[in-house]
Amino acid sequence: MIKAILIFNNHGKPRLIRFYQYFAEDMQQQIIRETFHLVSKRDDNVCNFLEGGSLIGGSDYKLIYRHYATLYFVFCVDSSESELGILDLIQLICFFVSVCVFVETLDKCFENVCELDLIFHMDKVHYILQEVVMGGMVLETNMNEIVAQVELQNRMEKSEGGLSAAPARAVSAVKNMNLPEIPRNINIGDINIKVPSLSPF
Amino acid sequence: MALKIVKGSIDRMFDKNLQDLVRGIRNHKEDEAKYISTCIDEIKQELKQDNIAVKANAVCKLTYLQMLGYDVSWAAFNIVEVMSSSKFTYKRIGYLAASQCFHEGTDVIMLTTNQIRKDLSSPHQYDTGVALTGLSCFVTPDLARDLANDIMTLMSHTKPYIRKKAVLIMYKVFLKYPESLRPAFPRLKEKLEDPDPGVQSAAVNVICELARRNPKNYLSLAPLFFKLMTSSTNNWVLIKIIKLFGALTPLEPRLGKKMIEPLTNLIHSTSAMSLLYECVNTVIAVLISLSSGMPNHSASIQLCVQKLRILIEDSDQNLKYLGLLAMSKILKTHPKSVQSHKDLILQCLDDKDESIRLRALDLLYGMVSKKNLMEIVKKLMLHVDKAEGTTYRDELLTKIIDICSQSNYQYITNFEWYISILVELTRLEGTRHGHLIASQMLDVAIRVKAIRGFAVAQMATLLDNAHLLTGNTQHNGICEVLYAAAWICGEFSEHLEDPMQTLEAMLRPKVATLPGHIQAVYVQNAAKLFATVLRKHEGETDSHAVQETSQLLIDRLPLFVQSANLEVQERASCILQLVKYIQKLQQKKVEVAEEVTALFAGELNPVAPKAQKKVPVPEGLDLDAWINKPPSESESEDEKPKAVFAKEEPKHSRSRHTEVDEKELAKRREARKQEQANNPFYIKASPSSQKVYDAPGVEHIPVVQIDLSVPLKVPGMPMSDQYLKLEEERRQKEKAERKKKEKKKKREKRGKERKADSGPESEEDITPAHQVDIVTEEMPENALPSDDDDKDPNDPHKALDIDLDKPLADSEKLPVRTHRPEVLKSPAEDRVNESIPQETKKRSSKEKKEKKKGKEKDRKRSKEEKKKKKHKEVEEELLESHPEEAVQSEETKEAATPPTSAEEETTPLSAAAADMSSAAAPESEPDEPKDAEPEDTKSSKHKKKKQKKEKEEKEKKKKKRHHHHHHHHHHHSDAGGDDSVQNGTVEEEEPLPPMSNYSLLAENSYIKMMKEDADQVYDIQGNHQDESKVVVSVIFENKSDSFLKSMEFNVLDSLNSKLQRPEGAGAHDSLTVPFQLPPGISNEARFVFSVQSIVMPQKLKGTLTFIVKSDESSTHEKLDFKLHFTCTSYLITTPCYSDAYAKLLESGDLKGSSLRLERIKMPFHHLLARICFHHHFSVVERIDSCASMYSRSIQGHHVCLLVKTSDQTVSIDAKCDEPSLLGNVLDEIKQTFSKC
Repeated sequence: MIKAILIFNNHGKPRLIRFYQYFAEDMQQQIIRETFHLVSKRDDNVCNFLEGGSLIGGSDYKLIYRHYATLYFVFCVDSSESELGILDLIQLICFFVSVCVFVETLDKCFENVCELDLIFHMDKVHYILQEVVMGGMVLETNMNEIVAQVELQNRMEKSEGGLSAAPARAVSAVKNMNLPEIPRNINIGDINIKVPSLSPF
Repeated sequence: MALKIVKGSIDRMFDKNLQDLVRGIRNHKEDEAKYISTCIDEIKQELKQDNIAVKANAVCKLTYLQMLGYDVSWAAFNIVEVMSSSKFTYKRIGYLAASQCFHEGTDVIMLTTNQIRKDLSSPHQYDTGVALTGLSCFVTPDLARDLANDIMTLMSHTKPYIRKKAVLIMYKVFLKYPESLRPAFPRLKEKLEDPDPGVQSAAVNVICELARRNPKNYLSLAPLFFKLMTSSTNNWVLIKIIKLFGALTPLEPRLGKKMIEPLTNLIHSTSAMSLLYECVNTVIAVLISLSSGMPNHSASIQLCVQKLRILIEDSDQNLKYLGLLAMSKILKTHPKSVQSHKDLILQCLDDKDESIRLRALDLLYGMVSKKNLMEIVKKLMLHVDKAEGTTYRDELLTKIIDICSQSNYQYITNFEWYISILVELTRLEGTRHGHLIASQMLDVAIRVKAIRGFAVAQMATLLDNAHLLTGNTQHNGICEVLYAAAWICGEFSEHLEDPMQTLEAMLRPKVATLPGHIQAVYVQNAAKLFATVLRKHEGETDSHAVQETSQLLIDRLPLFVQSANLEVQERASCILQLVKYIQKLQQKKVEVAEEVTALFAGELNPVAPKAQKKVPVPEGLDLDAWINKPPSESESEDEKPKAVFAKEEPKHSRSRHTEVDEKELAKRREARKQEQANNPFYIKASPSSQKVYDAPGVEHIPVVQIDLSVPLKVPGMPMSDQYLKLEEERRQKEKAERKKKEKKKKREKRGKERKADSGPESEEDITPAHQVDIVTEEMPENALPSDDDDKDPNDPHKALDIDLDKPLADSEKLPVRTHRPEVLKSPAEDRVNESIPQETKKRSSKEKKEKKKGKEKDRKRSKEEKKKKKHKEVEEELLESHPEEAVQSEETKEAATPPTSAEEETTPLSAAAADMSSAAAPESEPDEPKDAEPEDTKSSKHKKKKQKKEKEEKEKKKKKRHHHHHHHHHHHSDAGGDDSVQNGTVEEEEPLPPMSNYSLLAENSYIKMMKEDADQVYDIQGNHQDESKVVVSVIFENKSDSFLKSMEFNVLDSLNSKLQRPEGAGAHDSLTVPFQLPPGISNEARFVFSVQSIVMPQKLKGTLTFIVKSDESSTHEKLDFKLHFTCTSYLITTPCYSDAYAKLLESGDLKGSSLRLERIKMPFHHLLARICFHHHFSVVERIDSCASMYSRSIQGHHVCLLVKTSDQTVSIDAKCDEPSLLGNVLDEIKQTFSKC
């Protein structure tokens, strides 16, 4: 069983966390901190296994991690998982993330999963992860199958218009202007005056 | 309206989406928390809007914030809303959020049952997939129970995508709801051979996970797995299966033999390191499990070790690590094959990777022998010196101690060396294992008697140089060793060369900076040293030294008397006074040494850590039994403190304790021994272990002569090396001697075969440097051996230890989805299952019924379609006899039709809400007959109250349901597919007045009898053709100040009704009430009556006799009473379907009657509740001011009521197949309402 999947950057900032056992939020953060503390002080040329000890679950559990550029991918697993298998899985997931999140950057080497990709698309990465690991157990390892399923679901989302439909995207430029105070309630009568430009990009 | 929509979408443009939030957080690095709190406020605003897209966006952002550690549980309900959206985009967001932050404690989870069920059966595979994924993260026991059957159905879904998810989630379901394992297992097994590799892999995954915890139940699957192993090409599956075999082989050695060949083949053929590694691992497991008689054994071991060596020598650190890990497994059973690779492992100790070093350390643990212990420890000590970073150094420290102390110091040949190692370890700065070192010092000094002299000398040096250690005074720091040092010096002070000097060292002012518990030991042991000094100098004419010592103590102890630590203070002031007194005596030239020494006389023996736990409980002693009477509930709180401060009792018990004289004790001991001798299961203490402490004394053990060539006085100098050299020299010498001897022998016995193991290098030849006697730890004299000390009773996997090969019993069906959690059943069916068990209490019988329900489900559906039509018929049927009411009822019919049809298509949330309220009060339906178990007497009173409350809730719920239905219709008409939900709009209703069904039976100055309106009725018609049993609960309350006892209850039987008496009792004998009543206490007793005819009410005369016992006297008293059996009490609350109800009325077997009640001021629902409560009816249907009700007698008479109200007038039309019963029931109803 996989007990937790943690992805954080070189400064310990969480980029994606997935616990398959319940921990309260503050406990989760503590686990992330401690894991980061353990993992970050290790050289890159040492082995990728770490006895987690009291961190999660006890002595049966160990941490298996990979370090790519600015990101750490950490799996906390028990003895029923193959250590080398999990290492392969982490590599696989990195690959999916780069393939599925940014189809246009397929040429990117998977070793260079960009941290920004993860930050802005945490939800999408979650959806990919869900196709690989479910409830702490490895669901699918066939690359083509996973990519196909993720693609189909994304297409379904697109056909529904997606979460951020056109108008919202249009004004994101406005939002990024760092206005001191955005008026929350717009007077309907003044609609043409107050909203600067509604035309799409 | 249109304007509103436009406004909504414009508002939305300024809502941040996830990307904006992330960007914002990145732009506000310096005041992140503040920024996020404004974002959370915005999110709260967004969640208040009706637009589901806005909500979904907000929930998506919350998921991100949750990752950053913000508690978002407050939005749980909004997450459920988003989950129940019909759009996949939103649903997915909802489920993601739920899977991140829902857990068993989340209360809204029970709202989701129906939604999840709906999604599971959705035609879109991704809706189902998303629901399964989400559920896998937050499944609770309730969800597991309710959805197990749905998920099981999905295991045979046409789409492999769903199948594999359903299979995988079953593991979670099993964990939460172990009852589902057996019914689901056959299908799970089927999936092992699923055509889709993904599904197959999932099934293997689940079974492996199950088998890992309880392997013996899965042995029968071995052939199937064996087939899979030889046919599968998927490495993931292979790894899982091979791991599974690793778990199975210890249980079945024959399996292991079969495994070796294919595994060896795989090892040779595979190119995947992960697979190779797992194969090696399993081969090791197989070899461990096999007895060593296998001929080709060593070949396999050699293969494994050889492959592992390749791994360890690989440049890939991961392989190195795993190689060492697997090596340590071989080590346990085949240490010889590993020991030959000692060089490699010692090399790994120098690796730059800490994990690898730790693994190598683990291996060392198993590789030590008497021969190489010193050498290995020396190497480790070097590492300790080099190690940077305290964690690894501490690890080394514990390992050194572990290695040396393992199996009772088995490998230590020279304890002086070990003590020196421990002393050297104290030089470690900043270690957290001071305590560990200290406990080792104590342990060795106590248990190895021969070493005490040496240990004391070393400890004295430590104390003298304590300033070197006190740099770190934090808890568990190295200063802890001073605790041990002080104690050893004090306890074994007879070995001290110069106790005076040590005493001086222990009383230095610097000591006051040590932690309190260490100071306390210092003070106490200073006193011991003082006693030693006294004894040493007693009899000397010059008592100067003694006086000096007393003066030293008197001078220094006041420092400790001022200590803030209570323990130190107490001990110091005690000893200070003692010394002052002794000083006085000394001045009078009185010899006190002997008496002072007597204070500390006696040997302390080591006690095993588990000794206390192992003391067997003597026969006849129940540790859980109350010693005094348990405090009764009626006792008021403020009485308690009195008892607490009562000083009499403890004194009393103590004095009684001492009364048990020696003789008595001896007698008891004798009896116990006798008993043990007769008990075949009692394991007697082996004579050998006894010998250890029964040995005549310390004298016969040769005390080690300290070799003064070893510099003792230099603290902290590494001197263990000296021992190593000495040891080598000694061994050389011994070897030489032995060779000489052997030569001699050889010369003498030439021609005789030389023993194979008599080589000079073998273990046995290494004799310990000193003859040591390692005292074993003491155990209680009749300790029971037990190995289950370490098992975790809370392991969830324990519940899954289920035999899977037994054929499925009928009762083991998964709960099938039902229309409502509490299903109303038609009376016809109900007669078959005479009593409806409470769902939570008797699940097994419920499951039996589920089957029936399942079959009926289809029938029901078609029935429900007709329901609407039928309903009309019901009313018309009832109305026929009262045409004057028809007009009024016609109006209600209009309102009545929508709700009935709406029942079928409730909105997800209203259904969920109904679900929740029923889940919160599973026993709330009045339709359930109350639990008739007589042993529930204590709780029954409480239960009654609960039921009352629940009844109120139920009424509310009914209203609520109606309310929702109306809303739902509204939505359907104008909102189309929009799934926005209504929440929190429940009308406040005035609560029902409290109702009690206890009536006064009889009362006098001593006692009050309350009879419960006999609703504890059950029917055993099956056994007795025309006889029914009625249980009457009577509460007896003692009103007097005296003790009431020997209560006897008797009733004069009539022809129709008889009190059930125990077999053998005469027809007029009385029944003893099974309790006594202290003053002011009440208790409840139940009496069973057999009744023949139930159509008429009955009255029985009875008497209660009892003895009133007061301080002075006891008197016989009696109380007459009349037991009134109403016809109502023969009715059982029985649920009924409206269609069955209609049929019943149609049948024409029933005869009608009616009743009119005037000036009833209570609201209609109160009226119904009263009828339900007091007369055991259930509401079949209620439409505004008109309701149909049903009940059934214990002999199967149907009673139907139609209750209508208008303007304080209530008319009840009733039908029953027994007119006299009906008449009496109606009279009783009338009486009930005339009372209020």
